[in-house]
Amino acid sequence: MLSCKSTIMNSLGMHARPAAMISKIAQNAQQDVWIGDGENRADASSVIDILSIGMTKGTEVRLEVEHKNDIQILESIKKLIEQGFGEDTDG
Amino acid sequence: MGESESREVRIHGISGSPGICIGQAYIVDREGVDIIKRYSISENLVKHEINRFKSAVKKAKDEHSKIIESLNDDLSSQLNILETHLALFKDKMLYGKTIETIKTECVNAEWALRKVLRQVKAMFTKLDDPYLQSRVSDIVQVSEQVMRYLVGAQDVRIADINKRVILVAHDLSPADTSQIQLERIKGFVTDRGGKDSHTGIIAKSLHIPCVLGTGKATICVNNDDILIVDGSSGIIIINPDEDTLFKYEERKSRYDDYRALLARESYLPAVTLDGEKFCLKANIELVEEVVAVKDNGADGVGLFRTEFLYLNLKRFPTEEELFDKYKEVAELMTPGCVTIRTLDINGDKVLPYAVAAEEANPALGLRGVRFCLKRTDIFLTQIKAVLRAAAFGNIKLLIPMISAVEEIVEVKTVIDRAIEELEDEEKIFNKNVPLGIMIEVPSAVIMAEELGKHVDFFSIGTNDLIQYSLAIDRRNRQVAHLYQPLNPAVIRMIKSLMDAADKSGVDVAMCGEMAGEPVNIPVLMGLGLKEFSMNSGAIPVVKQVIRQLDSKETKNMVNTILTMQSVSEIIELVEEKYRKILPSKEFDEQENAG
Repeated sequence: MLSCKSTIMNSLGMHARPAAMISKIAQNAQQDVWIGDGENRADASSVIDILSIGMTKGTEVRLEVEHKNDIQILESIKKLIEQGFGEDTDG
Repeated sequence: MGESESREVRIHGISGSPGICIGQAYIVDREGVDIIKRYSISENLVKHEINRFKSAVKKAKDEHSKIIESLNDDLSSQLNILETHLALFKDKMLYGKTIETIKTECVNAEWALRKVLRQVKAMFTKLDDPYLQSRVSDIVQVSEQVMRYLVGAQDVRIADINKRVILVAHDLSPADTSQIQLERIKGFVTDRGGKDSHTGIIAKSLHIPCVLGTGKATICVNNDDILIVDGSSGIIIINPDEDTLFKYEERKSRYDDYRALLARESYLPAVTLDGEKFCLKANIELVEEVVAVKDNGADGVGLFRTEFLYLNLKRFPTEEELFDKYKEVAELMTPGCVTIRTLDINGDKVLPYAVAAEEANPALGLRGVRFCLKRTDIFLTQIKAVLRAAAFGNIKLLIPMISAVEEIVEVKTVIDRAIEELEDEEKIFNKNVPLGIMIEVPSAVIMAEELGKHVDFFSIGTNDLIQYSLAIDRRNRQVAHLYQPLNPAVIRMIKSLMDAADKSGVDVAMCGEMAGEPVNIPVLMGLGLKEFSMNSGAIPVVKQVIRQLDSKETKNMVNTILTMQSVSEIIELVEEKYRKILPSKEFDEQENAG
């Protein structure tokens, strides 16, 4: 299993749109992709599961992929999060 | 029913519309879809049931994709939301789990979907962040779309209620209320909502007793329970015992007598003891309300809200459709005047088909004239319809949410364009329609003298003016009690507006709920207002109050009020001075008997 950390940057936090962007990527993985806040962990291919963790701006997230071939998936999700999903990051 | 033990339960809420009704409860499910029945599926039909679910999801998803395709480019911000919703249709937590539930529990798809949705909702209520918590609405909306296909036609909803019942709902959106056949409903009870919410306003104008913001009615009430709705006191009583029933039957008939008395006197003119004439008009939303407007002796329509037609259609209405409605109202009201307010989409009046870009704070967002100036095509269509209808009656044009002079200047260029186009099209229309603006944003009060140079009249929208001035969300139960029309700041603000209007020679009317509350009338009269527009049901009461007042006396009182510092001082003074004139407390105050 591979994992990395990242931090939510956008002001609105993990709402439906960013969650949908992540799940779209995760659905291409060979095996499970997980996203969590250290306490809870969600199936990254499910928008609803991601939303149910409630990650606000500043939350430290942990990303995990089960299969080593999914490293690119891990990286692109990390990049998305760090770019604030192209949303507003002030305030 | 055992006589020895009482099963009576009382729940307190907010009075939405006065009056009393007694009848059977009809619960509209929290998800907005009608009650869903649970039934078992025999094992050999489980597969069929799963396919039925899959095909409902497919239809809902296809329909959704079609909506996305039909959007034009300038709605691209809304596209994001719709595309996000598209991803939710087949989400494991919704789609996968529902199928699993059908399989393991051998239940119908509707029930399974609802069960899964409830679990999802429960997860979201645990979240700390209120914004993320509220995003459960995305999932609810998607599930509702699927549910409608499962249940059958979209109309198998509130529209189908056909007995005389009391409607109990978590919340009723404007779209919901528009579906209800109101003559079939005895009363409303909702968990959410406050005094001036959309549901309350509609209930008031149709004289339907209504209690809002009970917090838990849908949980405490069961279908077919006997309910007493006391809209005057804001109380509902579930399964009343015989004594209570008897007491309320009596109260109900007293209230009905009181209404009848008012109705008989409603044709008298609104003239004070010292001969000052006042103009009382009605706020309406539906053409059908015109009958009530006339019954209540209104001099005209002071505020015709136009959002309804937009909400009721699945698209923006055409010029012809708007023209027909406006013309009808104008003709019916002639010789009375009809003030048409242009589209004022706001937080609770979102068009279902134009899914709005997410706004963290819709009340401060893209609404009223701001929306119209962004979508000038939609605005132009409406203005043209108004100008054409003005050829058939007495119409005034009213623009909402003006907060700066530039906006009214821009509005005027759109009107000029409408005139040009109508001339080119050789349509019959009236180009000299009086133009007014709503005064509902504090900046408009401050700039009133300048704004007055560009328009013919002002109409004070107190609901928003108070909400924006005091920073109170009137639908938030935690702070709703701080929403005070007689707050000294509000009174001074109206005073300053009246002075500015005087300087620029502009007429002022008031069309907010404040104008319909008898206790405010002496103060508003003293401030120099001459025209009030309100829910038509309030007109007879207000008229009765005006007929007993002396306008000079109210002016003196206002001079005293303008030196006061607190709401309580002001209310005390008004109530002390006019105790005999203001309507009996019995019908509009919280009941004290246990």
